[in-house]
This record gives sequence, structure tokens and C-alpha cells, in this order.
Amino acid sequence: MALEREKHLAERALLTIDEALLMDLYRRMVLIRRFEDKVAEMYSRGKITGFCHLYAGEEAVAVGAISALYDKDYVVSTYREHGHCLTKGASPRAVMAELFGKSTGLSGGHGGSMHMFDADRRFMGGYAIVGGGLPLAAGLGLSIVYKEESEVVCCFFGDGALPQGAFHESLNLASLWKLPVIFVCENNFYGMGTLVQNAICQEELYRFAEPYKMPGVRVDGMDVLAVYQAVLEAAAHAREGHGPSLIEAVTYRYRGHSMSDPAEYRSKREERIWQERDPIKKLRAKLLHEGHSTDTRLDDIEREVVASIDDAVEFAEQSPEPSIDELGRYVYVE
Amino acid sequence: MAQITYREALNQALREELERDERVFIMGEEVGYFGGAFKVTDGLLAVYGEKRVRDTPISELTIVGSGIGAAMGGLKPIVELMTVNFALLAMDQIVNHAAKIHYMFGGHAKVPIVIRAPQGAGHQLGAQHSQSLEAYFLHSPGLRVVIPATPADAKGLLKTCIRQENPVIFLEHESLYGVKGEVPEGEHLVPLGRANVLRVGKDVTIVAYSKCVYDALAAADALENEGIDAEVIDLRTLNPLDIATVIDSVKKTGRAIVVYEGWRTGGAGAEIAAQIYEAAFDHLDAPVERVATLDTPMPYNKRLERAALPSAADIVKVAEQLV
Repeated sequence: MALEREKHLAERALLTIDEALLMDLYRRMVLIRRFEDKVAEMYSRGKITGFCHLYAGEEAVAVGAISALYDKDYVVSTYREHGHCLTKGASPRAVMAELFGKSTGLSGGHGGSMHMFDADRRFMGGYAIVGGGLPLAAGLGLSIVYKEESEVVCCFFGDGALPQGAFHESLNLASLWKLPVIFVCENNFYGMGTLVQNAICQEELYRFAEPYKMPGVRVDGMDVLAVYQAVLEAAAHAREGHGPSLIEAVTYRYRGHSMSDPAEYRSKREERIWQERDPIKKLRAKLLHEGHSTDTRLDDIEREVVASIDDAVEFAEQSPEPSIDELGRYVYVE
Repeated sequence: MAQITYREALNQALREELERDERVFIMGEEVGYFGGAFKVTDGLLAVYGEKRVRDTPISELTIVGSGIGAAMGGLKPIVELMTVNFALLAMDQIVNHAAKIHYMFGGHAKVPIVIRAPQGAGHQLGAQHSQSLEAYFLHSPGLRVVIPATPADAKGLLKTCIRQENPVIFLEHESLYGVKGEVPEGEHLVPLGRANVLRVGKDVTIVAYSKCVYDALAAADALENEGIDAEVIDLRTLNPLDIATVIDSVKKTGRAIVVYEGWRTGGAGAEIAAQIYEAAFDHLDAPVERVATLDTPMPYNKRLERAALPSAADIVKVAEQLV
């Protein structure tokens, strides 16, 4: 059966953290960082409006996790989802166009920054209610088990979602029914401006796995390989029919909660300490140190990425606004 | 045609759709081994097994949310909420997710879920177990709101809902489960958005849905003895709303009474009345009247509960003043 085919995926992949993979992880992280820089620039120029939550600093989580999945696996995300969406394979053009509110955007301009969706890539959406995606992930997991298929669902959420009922209900159901869901908590220490220990009685978030009888680990969310390995193991566990896992990836967002947040609730010193642990710099150092790459080659990657983002901006600029006739479309499936 | 109860009609619809489409499954609290709190899913577990008739924990938010996710994953979930009162725990998934997903993702995602919920008062269940909440759902674009009164409609509408692709709130009045009526066997589909004129009359239009349809019919019989000829319309679905049938009737009678068990203020009847004014103002000989539940939480005491609820007698009284 399907499970049999993928049985040793994890072991195999663990053995193949090779140069190509490392370079790919690097490229994907750089894409997110540069993309978000450009989004901030476009936001300040008024090209992008509404709520906009950037992912800079947390790249290792999206890239590590999603790189450990197959294309057919599902990803469910939050309102801070540009990075997840791009890493799952959505085109930078379509993501940027959505941010610009254009008809060529992933959601045709109906969604914006917080509501990207790409069915072809099985990116199952960004949701702007904290914890709202977790029950959906459980349901997608149920659909997989029901159809006796071997995909997994990777569900991202922030530390802010842990006190929500949806978190506890979903972990319970997923564990009870052994659903193939990887719950990835991006612990960036702040739910908006509230420090995690002021919101949750148990600040070692991965420990919530234990009462729900699933594996739980805390990984360095600034280390893309640590995240990659943790998700690979969780995916193998799920594919073998053992059910969900909880991964707490400890990370840091470099910018405020949203574009309108100057993040005055934390110190510049704290921000500097985390930026010294930057996941991209860290991987770059490894690539150079271990002789996988050269400065020239890595700079070339950066240039290619920047070019693709400039192209995305150009595409978004040139794309048409949705027609006013679109306003009432898609309220119902006709 | 067979005379069966509203409950049996729903059970038949579920059975037929489970049989017809492998993707269809049922989940909710007590739907399996218990057979449903109101026995609507009775006997289905034995035939279709635990995969397709799934007992869930008491987690309404996640029962609905996982139903939505399953629907996005290509299944056709029928979620039973034990009563509509518990839907309030799931409102985030119903309103922020199910109702929005197709639209906010630009038509790229669909949520074909049917959420069934018993509702209504009349059994002295007190303030937290007696509500009729259709107006809450009617207020959210993106949701279909289906609310059958007869056993035949219960079957035909439920089957239609399972086969279409929008999220549906399917509301069943708890007092109707034992009501008997003729129900076609086998394939019987009732389209959404088509009201049913149950009684033709010329003096006043009584618009109702769900249990109030029976109150409206009883009132029409009583009014007949007084020489008042009432037309009775069962809306059957609130979204889509077949206002055209209502307007045609009001243009003929010049008078309208809207009857509903939700609270009077902000109820579905208020919306229907507003639409009658907008479309038929010049044809009205009198203001549109509403007969609804008093704006109070439901009391336990039997006499007080009865007084809070709309009744056939209330409709008769209002009609007498109108005509």
C-alpha cells in the first residue's frame, strides 16, 4: 500500500543532506528574506496596504519544515504566511500580486497578505484568526486517513495560539484519531506584544505534546537543518500511521508584529542578540566553512533571487486590478 | 407514498447519500453508538462503520473546523451539532472560516460541508437549550441556511445540500422530529431557494418556516372560520431566500405576517419584512406584522415558556387586526 512505498523516506532523506539540499535551503531562505524586505519597501510606498506581517528572522522554520515534505503534502498557515507560501512553491509573482491586491494574485485580490492560497501547491491557506488553522489541519489529516493516502499535513502557528481552545481541541482530536498532522509552533516569544510567559502557564511549549500523547520536541528555529530533521522525523512518524507530532521551533521575528508595530516592548539589545544568530548567515558560514560553496556563488544566488523579486514587483505593478464585477463572485460556489 | 416521521426522513436521506457517495461521512457528538441525541443517525453506524459514522469528543469548534478541513481535502462531511446552542462554540469556524474560504481565496477553495443542528424551544429546556439561531447564520454571506418544516422537505433538502458545494447550516426544529408526513421513497431532491405555497388565500399572506409553518396553517384554519382567507408560505430555505414568491403573494393579498421562532428583534423575520417593504410597499394595505419570540431568554416554567413563544393564537389575533 501507499504507506509501504514511503516507509524509509525519513532514513533515506537524513542520509542525503547533501550539497544540493544545503544550497536549496539557502536559496529558499534568501528568497523569503529578500522578498519580505521588498514587501516592507512596497508597503512604505503605499503599494501594499492593510495588515501585513513579515517573516524575516523566522525563515529557517518555514524552509526547514517544508523542505522536509513532499509536494503532495499539505501546508496550513497563519496570517504571517508569505514565507510558508513561497517555500511551498507558490510563484513570487502571484504572491506579490496578491499583496498588491491584483487580479493575478494567488487569491485574485480577494485575500491580501493574510489570505494566500495555492491549491496546486497544496498550500491550504493563510488564516487570520489565531489558532483557526489547527482544526482545518486536523480535518485535512482526516481526509488523508479516510482516503488511505500517505500525505501529511504541516500546520504552522505561533506561540500565541497555544492558549486558544482550538489548539487543545485539535491536538486531542488528531491524537485520538492518529491523524497525520505535524503541528509546528513558531515560538517567537511574543503574541503580538505579549511575552510568552505572560500568556501561557507552561512556557516550554513542546511539553503540551505529552498530555496529548504525541512526540514533542523543541528545536532551534534559527537552525534550518535542526528544523528539517525534526519535521522529517515527524513526517515519517505520521506516514507510518502513528499520528501527529508537536514541534516547537524557537525563533525570532526581526520586525514588529505587523508593519504598524515598532516593537517597543522589546529591547534593541535583545534584537541584536537574535540577529547574531541569523539563520541565513549561519547556513552561509557552514556552506563556506565546509567548502560547499564560495562567496561568489552565494552572491550569485542572492542576485538571482533579487532579480526574481524585482520581476515579481514588475508583474504586480503591471497586473490589472480585479474588475468591479468580481466583487460579488465567489461568495457561493455556483 | 409512505408516511414517515421527519426524523426517519432525515435518516433516509443520510442513508441514501452514504450509499451513493463514498466521500460522504457523518461526524458529531453521539452520532454513532448512541444513534444521535435525537436518534436521527440511528442504525447508520451498524451499516457504514466507524469510518463513515464518527463519534467525536465534545469539541464543537474542532468538530466543525475539522469538517471544513476534510471538505477542503475532498470529502463531503455532514457534521451534526447536538443542538444549535453549541454552534456558538463553533462560530469562529462557521463564520470566519466556512463562510469565507471560497471568497477570500478567490474561488480557489471550496467547503462542501453540511452542518446539521436541532434547535427550538417548547420542551422546558431553559435559556441555554431553547434557542432558534437562524438569524445568526443568515447574517453571514457564504452560508446556505436551510430550515425544513415537513418530512418530505427534510429529506429532499438534506439530499440536495449534501450534493451541492457550499457550506450549509441545516436547522431542524426539535418539535418536528416526530411529525409524520408523506415522503417519496428513493431519489427525492428539493431545490434550494424555492418557497412552498402551502395554502392559497386572498386576504393575508402568512410567511413562516420550520415549526412555525404548522402554527401558520392552524391559524389559517381558524381564520377561515372567521371568513379570513389566508395564504401560507413555507420558505424552506432562508439563504437562498425565495422572496419573489413572497412578493407575488403580498401583491395579491396586500397584507403580510411573518412568523418565526427566533427573537423578534433582529430575527430573520425582520429581514423578510424589510424586503417586503422594499419590493411591495405600494401594494401593502397595512404594515407588515411580525409574530416571533419575545425578546427574553427562554424561561423554564411551562406557562412562561408558552407565553414567550409565537403561537397560532398570536397569528390569529394579529391577522384579525390586519384584515
